[in-house]
Amino acid sequence: MIWGVLQFPGSCDERDALNACQIAGGGSGESARLVWHEETDLSGLDAIVVPGGFSYGDYLRAGAIARFSPAMTAVAEFAAAGRPVLGICNGFQVLCESGLLPGALLTNEGTRFICRQGELVVGEADSPFLAALEPGRRISIPFKHQSGRFFAPPELLASIEANRQVAFRYAPGQNPNGSLNDIAGVTNEAGNVLGLMPHPEHAVEAFTGSTDGLALFRGVAESLAGSAA
Amino acid sequence: MSAAEGGQPPHRELGLTDAEYDLIREKMGREPNGVELAMFSLLWSEHCAYKHSRKLLRQLPTEGPRVVMGPGENAGAVDVGDGWSVAFKVESHNHPSAVEPFQGAATGVGGILRDVIALGARPIAILDSLRFGEPDTERTRYLVDGVVRGIGHYGNSMGIPTVGGEIYFEPPYEQNPLVNAMCVGLARTDEMVRAAAAGAGNKVVLFGSLTGRDGIGGASVLASAELDEGDDAKRPTVQIGDPFEEAKLLECCQELLAEGLLVSLQDLGAAGLTSSAGEMASAGGTGIDIDVGLVPLREADMEPFEIMVSESQERMLAVVEPDEVEAVLALCAKWQTASAVVGEVTDSGAFRILKHGETVGEIRVEDLVDGCPLYDLDPAEPAEWIYPNRGTLRPEADASESLLSLLAAPSIASKRWAYDQYDSVVGSRTVHRAGAADAAVLNLPESDRAIAVAIDGNGRRVACDPRQGTIEATLECAANLACVGAEPLGVTNCLNFGNPEKPTVAWQLGQAIEGLAAACRALGAPVVGGNVSLYNETPSGPIYPTPVVGMVGELFDPERAAGEPWREGDAVAIVGPLNPSLAGSELEKQRGQLGRGLPAAEIEPVKAAIELVREAVRAGEVRTATDVSDGGIATALAELAIRSGIGLRADLAPVIAQHDCSGEDALFGEGPGGFVLAGDRQALERLGGRGVQVELIGAVAGDLIEIVADDRTAKVLLGEATAAHDSLDRRIESDQPGLTH
Repeated sequence: MIWGVLQFPGSCDERDALNACQIAGGGSGESARLVWHEETDLSGLDAIVVPGGFSYGDYLRAGAIARFSPAMTAVAEFAAAGRPVLGICNGFQVLCESGLLPGALLTNEGTRFICRQGELVVGEADSPFLAALEPGRRISIPFKHQSGRFFAPPELLASIEANRQVAFRYAPGQNPNGSLNDIAGVTNEAGNVLGLMPHPEHAVEAFTGSTDGLALFRGVAESLAGSAA
Repeated sequence: MSAAEGGQPPHRELGLTDAEYDLIREKMGREPNGVELAMFSLLWSEHCAYKHSRKLLRQLPTEGPRVVMGPGENAGAVDVGDGWSVAFKVESHNHPSAVEPFQGAATGVGGILRDVIALGARPIAILDSLRFGEPDTERTRYLVDGVVRGIGHYGNSMGIPTVGGEIYFEPPYEQNPLVNAMCVGLARTDEMVRAAAAGAGNKVVLFGSLTGRDGIGGASVLASAELDEGDDAKRPTVQIGDPFEEAKLLECCQELLAEGLLVSLQDLGAAGLTSSAGEMASAGGTGIDIDVGLVPLREADMEPFEIMVSESQERMLAVVEPDEVEAVLALCAKWQTASAVVGEVTDSGAFRILKHGETVGEIRVEDLVDGCPLYDLDPAEPAEWIYPNRGTLRPEADASESLLSLLAAPSIASKRWAYDQYDSVVGSRTVHRAGAADAAVLNLPESDRAIAVAIDGNGRRVACDPRQGTIEATLECAANLACVGAEPLGVTNCLNFGNPEKPTVAWQLGQAIEGLAAACRALGAPVVGGNVSLYNETPSGPIYPTPVVGMVGELFDPERAAGEPWREGDAVAIVGPLNPSLAGSELEKQRGQLGRGLPAAEIEPVKAAIELVREAVRAGEVRTATDVSDGGIATALAELAIRSGIGLRADLAPVIAQHDCSGEDALFGEGPGGFVLAGDRQALERLGGRGVQVELIGAVAGDLIEIVADDRTAKVLLGEATAAHDSLDRRIESDQPGLTH
């Protein structure tokens, strides 16, 4: 499979995401490429990562400008066709701003940027990104953001829970930002779009202390292979 | 204000002496006009001309087989194999940070990143060396909060990991904090670019942010005089950083260089266009024309001198062959960054300033860049300790209470509060994050190895003995690298001192540079770049003399970087010639008993210990290694226990016997050349007999830290020790003033 990793001016983690896709794909150079923010042709790509960073500087509000980019218009169509889209950190914010995912990300409760290794508990959402992760499993990956407090009005929050759209929660006692219901990541109703604040792409090589993040990338590859067969 | 109105003559207002002004007139053969005088005043400032330090710096060793670029370029660089080089440099942003901590620190990071970007390297790590007053004043807490947020803001937004550093809290930095930022970058050696202009007729392209009135005379003005009352009025001279602009600039430069479109590249820092264009021409032995009418401006009505000296951030200057100009401008447009041809390289040897084709200033490049007189200092050794002494520890405190007090000392306590605000993992290279080991370790799969980076400098010990203190700082860097198995490749440094025109400071500076030269020579680690920050002085006196040493080393197996926690049953050994003494120690500080002098220590035995530890770590013979520094052996042992979550029992009798020192000296004494190693007992024993002292002192066990030293015993619960070591965030967060960012 071939991944596309979006690149906006101000993206920070796009190379890390590319690296993660390549490692998940077994190290072949053909498994991932960057998609410039002005590109609209996603043909030939099997899955999209909207990476972390500060798209267009994020002066207005995280992700508020990126949602209008040509590439995001193409990603919306890609998602509407039921194809897998992963938003990490700023990418999660962009997907929320685009209306592809429910909820919003607010400034951390403590107002500061935080960066630390932490644990997530896998939720019950049905998503190709979770194909290799059973609900309740704990994974260790870096938390790294300043605007990561998941928020949704009560009715929306209730429907996210009722529809089993929670992909990840912060492990008990590890919620770093005041997210409602400890939510670290959600999916859309169909499950093909997943966004999370923590960084699976930074947990794919043993020397960094954890390879738990690989499961998200491999899960998609497995489910795509499964549906093709 | 003009002299006629009763004020200073213009050249004095701009910081030039009468003699310097006379020299300018002599060189020009006429009076300089306003534009020319403004340009001279900046390039002849201490910050740009190094007029009080350049002669002394000549004694530093700068050559070695691995050096790719040395002093004089935007940053130094060393070869790391397989066609790759690592570029690095440390630079200060002290005075701007004293005036406006958030933007001062942010633009300090932005500036050092551009130095590395200008070589054609991609920055892969940031480290910071910070100094503040004690955190019990509101001003210090405000400065710490602003500086840490500012560093995080810039590095995090750029996607460059902040992987290490150090923070000391000492009263002499209360009004004059130090913010030294170091950047490490990676480049293909054959794609690196120099800053020298070349080729008459080639075009000069300015790209990046628009040029505005911000920071007119900022770094150069602020950094070339003492801080005093009323510095709030200087706030407009502090530049405002925009990391998004710089992120685009980085990618743009990388693409421009990859496409081979540039002849040379230079960043704009202190003294803006004047300095970057002038230095480009000087390095290339060319002339240069700059037309201020072509510079993209933020404010339309800027005067030529304002455009020439503006320190607006996030700008780069490139020399481009005429045929490539179109492609360069197109790439800048792709990255949504402003760009314009603003001038031309000439063979006139002159720096000509034009406005819409009309000459408004002309100076010989040589006079501007190399014409500033260099001064000899007038050093005098002070008769006594010139800094305050303030006791904070009860005189009757026993060893256990002293240990807890040392672990809670702001300079020793865990800096996690700060590190947690920095992205330390972006880039997928970080093997050891800040605080996880003695040195940061970055994976370099490009050349099948890793690099380790450390930054060190203990101003208090340098104040006690500038020569010996600087030797110790350099040795400690090498010791930190050894603890992760790395061998030094090169050194950068930032010399933070008071007013060099005062004899005591002049003596401190001379002694420190001598020490740095001696230590670097002994270690075989060439100095490839650096920065000098003088006039760090307020009406209450100079800062501690603070040479900050940054060192880059290489290791071949990041899996064997000895950062593991120690385990139950591990043996613990003290390795090296450390002769512990309370002189200049953290304990002596807490007792209010600091004075001049440090015990002399030979460099060679310390070097031998460093080599032994490095080889032991590389061979996988030890699980964990740390060097003994602030707070002595007891503190080093307690820190490893805290880091690992397991206590130990140790008896320092072998150390006491070896050096005939007191129990208290053995516990808390400091000095160079000591390591704590932990791991398999037989493996540690095998390290003996190689010419370096190796003494087994105990074993890892339980939840108690118990260290016996003759008549003294430090005995604290691991939980108590951990609470003391984690106390810094509470001290800094208390009564946090209103947050403005």
